[in-house]
Amino acid sequence: MNPGVLTVYRWELRKLRAQKRTYLGLGAAAIVPIIFVVALVTQNGQPEDVSFGRYLHSTGLAVPLVLLLFGSVWMFPLITALVAGDIVAAEDRHQTLKTILTRSVERHQIFAGKVLAAFTYAIAAIAITGAVALTAGILASGFNSIVSLSGTRVSAGEGLGLVGLSLLFYLVPILAIASIGLLFSTVFRNSAAAIVGTLMFSLLVQLIGILPGLGGLHPYLLSTQFNAWQGFLRSPVDWGPVIRALWVCALYAVPSLIAATLVFLRRDVAGD
Amino acid sequence: MPRVTPQAVPIEVRGLVKRYGDLVAVDQVDLTVEAGDVFGYLGPNGAGKTTSLRMMLGLIRPSAGTVRLFGRDPQLSVEALEGVAGFVEAPSFYPYLNGRENLRLLAALDGGGSASRIEESLETVGLADRAKDKVGGYSHGMRQRLGIAAALLREPKLLMLDEPATGLDPGGMRDMRDLIRQLSASGMTVLLSSHLLTEVEEVCNRVAIVRSGRVAYQGRLDDLRAQAGEGYRLRTTEDGVARRVAEAQAGISEVRPAPDGGLTFSAAGPGAVGALSLSLVESGALIEELSRRHATLEDLFFSLTEGDAAGSPAAAPAPEPEPAKA
Repeated sequence: MNPGVLTVYRWELRKLRAQKRTYLGLGAAAIVPIIFVVALVTQNGQPEDVSFGRYLHSTGLAVPLVLLLFGSVWMFPLITALVAGDIVAAEDRHQTLKTILTRSVERHQIFAGKVLAAFTYAIAAIAITGAVALTAGILASGFNSIVSLSGTRVSAGEGLGLVGLSLLFYLVPILAIASIGLLFSTVFRNSAAAIVGTLMFSLLVQLIGILPGLGGLHPYLLSTQFNAWQGFLRSPVDWGPVIRALWVCALYAVPSLIAATLVFLRRDVAGD
Repeated sequence: MPRVTPQAVPIEVRGLVKRYGDLVAVDQVDLTVEAGDVFGYLGPNGAGKTTSLRMMLGLIRPSAGTVRLFGRDPQLSVEALEGVAGFVEAPSFYPYLNGRENLRLLAALDGGGSASRIEESLETVGLADRAKDKVGGYSHGMRQRLGIAAALLREPKLLMLDEPATGLDPGGMRDMRDLIRQLSASGMTVLLSSHLLTEVEEVCNRVAIVRSGRVAYQGRLDDLRAQAGEGYRLRTTEDGVARRVAEAQAGISEVRPAPDGGLTFSAAGPGAVGALSLSLVESGALIEELSRRHATLEDLFFSLTEGDAAGSPAAAPAPEPEPAKA
C-alpha cells in the first residue's frame, strides 16, 4: 500500500500526542468549564447580560452555551491557533521538512494530512469543552428545560439536541480560524508569530465589529459567525445567520487554505 | 561492477544554477555519478555543495538547469526519489519522539518494506540500544547515525550524504568510512559531500571539487592523485639566477618561488631535471637542495578550492602558504 494523506494524518496525530502543547490546549478546554461551574456554584450571582446567562442556575444546558459565547473572544481561537499555527512551522523549527519530504509522500499529501490534524485538534477541543461543560453544568444545575431565544420553553431532551447542534455548528468558524492559523504557520515559518498572528487577526476582526460606522460589515466578519449557532435556539430555527456563516466562513477558510497549499508546494526547503 | 539499474545513471546534473538575488550559490554545475561510484562532492564550506544536494533531492527549485536521478526529475514528484535516500546538512528528527518512533514515522511515509528494516538499520548503525531514547537527547554523532539508518530503511540504490563525517570523533569517522565501503561493496552508489578531502579520499573513486559554486575539477581520484605527485623543489645559492635558468630550460615548467624560500617547478621527466642541474652549475647558481616534492592531494585540493586561478583544473600543485582550513 502506498502511503498517502491518511498515513500523514495518522502520524500527525501521533506527533501531537507526544507534544506538551497539545495537552496545554486540551487541558484548558477541559479546565475552563470546570472553573466556570465551580465559580457558579460558589457564587449566587450570574451573568444576566449574556444570552442564557440567567438560566445558568436553573439548567446545566445553559453552561456550554454561555461558554461558547465567552470562548469565542479569544479562548477557542487561541486553542485552535496553538496547533494550527504550529503544525507547519514546527517542521521549520526542527528542520524536519527535509526529512519527511525526501521519503515517498508528495508535498500536497503532507500538507493535507496537517490540515486534517489541525482540524481534528480544534474539533477535539470544542468536543471536550462541550462534554465537560454539559457534565459539570448538569451536576451543578440539573438536567432541566431551557428557554429558547424566542422565549419558548424547550424540554431538557430537545435542549440537549440543540446544544449538540450548536457545538457542532460552532466548528464552522473555528475551522476558518484553523485555516488562517495554517496559512500563517506556512507563511511565517515561526510558531509564535503564527499563533499570535492568528489571535490578533481574530481580535482585530472583533474590533472592526464594534467600530461605529462599520455596521454594514458586521454580517461578514468572522467574529459574527461565532454567534450563528444561536439561530438553532430560536423557534422556528433562524436559518439566515446559519447559512450566512457557512459561506462567509468558507470565504475566509478556502482562500487561506489554497494560499497556504501553494506556498507549501512551491517553497524552497533550505536551512536558515 | 556492482549490479544496479543499467538504463539510467544514478545522478545526472546539467547546467545547475541557484541564485539568491545577486548571490550565485550554485553556478552551472554539471555532474555525472555513475552506478557503483563512491563519488566525493568536495569543496570548502559555502561552495554550494548543500544547495546542490537540496536541488538534487527536490527540496529547492533550481534557478536553471536540470537534475535527473535514474532519469527522473525530483522537481516533479517524489517518485524520482524511489531507490534514493540520504540527508542534507545535519539529519533532523522530531526531538520529542524516540529514535525508533522517528524511524517508524519515516518508514510509514516510505511505504513498501521500509518498516520491516527498522531494527536491522538500527543494528547497522549501532543505535539499537539507544532507540528507546528521545532524539532530543541524542549527541550529534548519534543523530548522524540515525540519519544513515533512516536512509537505509529505503534500501537505496543511491545514497546521498551531506558531510556525513562532520562532528564525528575519529572512531566515528572510521565507522562511517567502513559503513560506506560496506554499502558500496553491496552495490550501492554513494555521493558524499565533504569540505575535507582527507575525510573521503580513502573511500571515493571519483570526485568533483567545487569552489564558489563552480566545479573546478571532476574526474577519477587516481587522475587527481597523479597530478598531485608531480613537482620538484630547488634551493640554490642564487635563486634569482636559478629562476631565469629554470624558466629557459627545456622540459621545465611552472617555475615558481616557494613560500619558504627556493623554487618549485614541474619537469617533463628525470632527464630534464638532470639537464637543469648542469645548467645551474654552469650559471654559477650552486645547488643546495634539489628534491622531488611530494605535494599531497590535499595541497592540490586547496589550490583548486582556494587558489586565485579559478577554473584551471589542470593547475600544477602550487603549495598554498598556510591553508586556512583546520
